[in-house]
Amino acid sequence: MENSIYSQVVEIIAEQAILDVSDINPENTLEELGLDSLGIVESIFALEETFGIQIPFNSNDPESNDMDLTSVGAIIREIENLVLGKNS
Amino acid sequence: MPRVAITGQGTINPLGNSVSETLESFKNGKCGISDLEIQDIERLSVKVGGQIKGFDPTVHFTRQEISLYDRYTQLALLAAKEALDQSGIKFEGELSEQSGVVLGTAGGGLTTQDNSYRSVYEEKKNRVHPFVVPRLMNNAAASNVSMVYNLQGPTFSVATACASSNHAIGIAYQMIKSGMTKSMLAGGSECMICFGGVKVWESLRVMSPEKCRPFSKNRKGMVLGEGAAIFVLEDMDQAIDRGADIIAEIAGFSMTSDAKDIVAPSLEGPARAIRDALMDAQIDPTEIQYVNTHGTGTIINDRVETAVIRNVFGDYADKLMVSSTKSMHGHLIGSTGAVELLACTMALREGIIAPTISYEEFDQECDLDIVPNSARDAKVSATVSNAFAFGGLNAVLVLRSAG
Repeated sequence: MENSIYSQVVEIIAEQAILDVSDINPENTLEELGLDSLGIVESIFALEETFGIQIPFNSNDPESNDMDLTSVGAIIREIENLVLGKNS
Repeated sequence: MPRVAITGQGTINPLGNSVSETLESFKNGKCGISDLEIQDIERLSVKVGGQIKGFDPTVHFTRQEISLYDRYTQLALLAAKEALDQSGIKFEGELSEQSGVVLGTAGGGLTTQDNSYRSVYEEKKNRVHPFVVPRLMNNAAASNVSMVYNLQGPTFSVATACASSNHAIGIAYQMIKSGMTKSMLAGGSECMICFGGVKVWESLRVMSPEKCRPFSKNRKGMVLGEGAAIFVLEDMDQAIDRGADIIAEIAGFSMTSDAKDIVAPSLEGPARAIRDALMDAQIDPTEIQYVNTHGTGTIINDRVETAVIRNVFGDYADKLMVSSTKSMHGHLIGSTGAVELLACTMALREGIIAPTISYEEFDQECDLDIVPNSARDAKVSATVSNAFAFGGLNAVLVLRSAG
């Protein structure tokens, strides 16, 4: 399950960043991967659609939702929590 | 070269059902942003907006008219009536053949479209009302205004997102200035507050969940609004000859394209638009006292717009008053520039600057005099009104006092 979340998140981000999956590391920030604000918003949309979850993200207030979206690894942890929360 | 006078203005928006009500709200710093009352609100995360509450079309229109008028057309007709009543101009004969109406709108009859999609896709009906096309088309408001007031000259709609009505007013100004026509109606109308209209903005992740706080450090984004404002524009000599009350002069206009990014504003495009509009007006930047900003309340717009104003006005920027009335009425998208122009005519006519309300926290990146929270008395002889749209389209109007 965890591996599948990991690989799906990395795939979504890689597609947005126009990079190979192998180029994405958990410590990368989205900015480092070249995602601009539109790329970030589109990635969040893809994550929501893929996992059937809600990520309450506002570009004008990115810290408001108590979610850590600073790095790929952080995003994976947040998605795991949301998916587990949804299933429990 | 002909000069261009404003001789009538009309509006209906979240701050009032007329110009006088709207100006009263500007002066009192009234907030027109409230909880939205729309179908399926429970499926929206954005639940506030500048919605016109308690509007009953049956008070103003017949059953047959209502079947042909989307809400945005209804509001345009009410604004046009108020503007024409004030102006006192009558369109007959040659004047009627020359004069037209240019209205900005981004969504056109979006409410009609939304309702019709709902009935065929969600309710699985196989039939929609026969007038869906004439209701939803982008030129419906302009055409219906032309029909009611016998305007047979250049008539069309302008769709440049958040700059639509500044473009519309600017083009009408240029038509009169060029001698092509002597009178035009210009402005905008927009009603995007329906489930689909709010949903698409919500999805862009730029909306504030509560107030709109332009230039405040704790701003959280845009708030959607709805409404219309329409102006009567006339050749100055014609206006003087017929003894019209001249509200203000449109002295300059410019439009530019960033040619860069579909949503993010640039520094150069808007700055060039302001500079060129001032040049068109032959007004020195230091002769401007008030700038009505685009001021959407997003992090990026307000930061970039501050830099744009500093770029154009230099040290004099510290002496300028700038405010965003979107804090009060929300972002009316295609009609926002028209409603905001009322803050400019109020400043010129009454010497009162509409405030930026809901302001809470100083932001170093927005370090201009934004006239926070309360209106201010000031002597004003010239103003600038900014509109910077998605798609990188900028349209800037310069107004000068009539006297």
